[in-house]
Amino acid sequence: MAETIPPISVSQQKDIRIVEFTNNRILDEANIADIGNTLGALIEEGDNPKLLLDFNTVDHLSSAALGMLINANNKIRERSGQLRLTNIKPQILEVFVITKLNKLFKIFPSRAEALADFK
Amino acid sequence: MAAAGPNRRGNSRSPPPEHGGGRNGRRGKKQQLSFVIPSEFAAGREVQHRIHRALQDNGFQGQSFFAINLALEEALTNAIKHGNRLDPGKKVRVTATVTPLRVEITVEDEGPGFDRTRVPDPTRDENLEKCSGRGILLIEAYMNRVTWDRGGRRLRMIKVNDRGMSSS
Repeated sequence: MAETIPPISVSQQKDIRIVEFTNNRILDEANIADIGNTLGALIEEGDNPKLLLDFNTVDHLSSAALGMLINANNKIRERSGQLRLTNIKPQILEVFVITKLNKLFKIFPSRAEALADFK
Repeated sequence: MAAAGPNRRGNSRSPPPEHGGGRNGRRGKKQQLSFVIPSEFAAGREVQHRIHRALQDNGFQGQSFFAINLALEEALTNAIKHGNRLDPGKKVRVTATVTPLRVEITVEDEGPGFDRTRVPDPTRDENLEKCSGRGILLIEAYMNRVTWDRGGRRLRMIKVNDRGMSSS
C-alpha cells in the first residue's frame, strides 16, 4: 500500500498548535480537501482552539485554498478559538490583498509576532 | 493518469512539443497548443503541465509565470467544476498560444454559461466570509486582458511577459 504524506505537520507551543504545509502548492482539490479535513479535526479537539498557520513552505495557492481557510476560520470562531497566519511569501500575500482577505485574517510577518498575539 | 490525458489537436504543420523532448531546440518559438479533455481535475493538471513547459520555453518566469499559473488553475477549476459540474460526458477545450512576448489562453466548457455582471463581488464586506467566488476575481486581477463570450462558456485571457520581473 502506498504511503501518503500527511498534508500538514503540527507542532505545539503551550496551548497553540502550529501548522505547516508539507506541499508547496495548495492548489489541488483533493489536497485542499485533505488539509481542510485535517485542520477540521484539529479544531474540533477542544474548546477555544488556537491555531497558527505557518505558510513558509507555500509557493502557490488557489481560490479553493482560500475557501478552505475561510471555512477553518469560521469553525474556529464558532468554538471561540483564535487563528493567526504567518510567514506568507510576498506573491501569496498579494493574493490575500487582492481578495481583501487580509482584512479577515490576522496575518503577521514572523512566527514570534503571531505567537505573541494569541490571548 | 494516461486515460485522462489531453488530446492535442490542430496545427499539424508545426506540432507542439512532446513530453521529454529537448528544450533548447524550441526555446523562444511560438507554440500553439490545443486540448480537449474530460471534466476531470487530473486531465486539467496535464494541460497545466504542458502549458507551463511552453511558458518556460518562452522565457516566462517570476511574476508573469505565477500569474498565469494561478489564472489557468482558476479557469480550469471553473470550467471543470462549476461549468461542466464534473460531468464526465462534457468536455473542456483549451487553447494556448505562447510567444516570448505574451500568452493567450482560451478555456471553454459545455455548461450552462454565466453572466459575468451578475457574479457577486467577493471583496465586499458581506461576502468576505463566503468560501467561494474568488476565482474570477483572481483571473481578472492577474491577467492583462480577460473576456468572456459564448454566453460565459468561453474565457479568453492574455498575459504579457514581464521578463521575469517579480514582486518578491
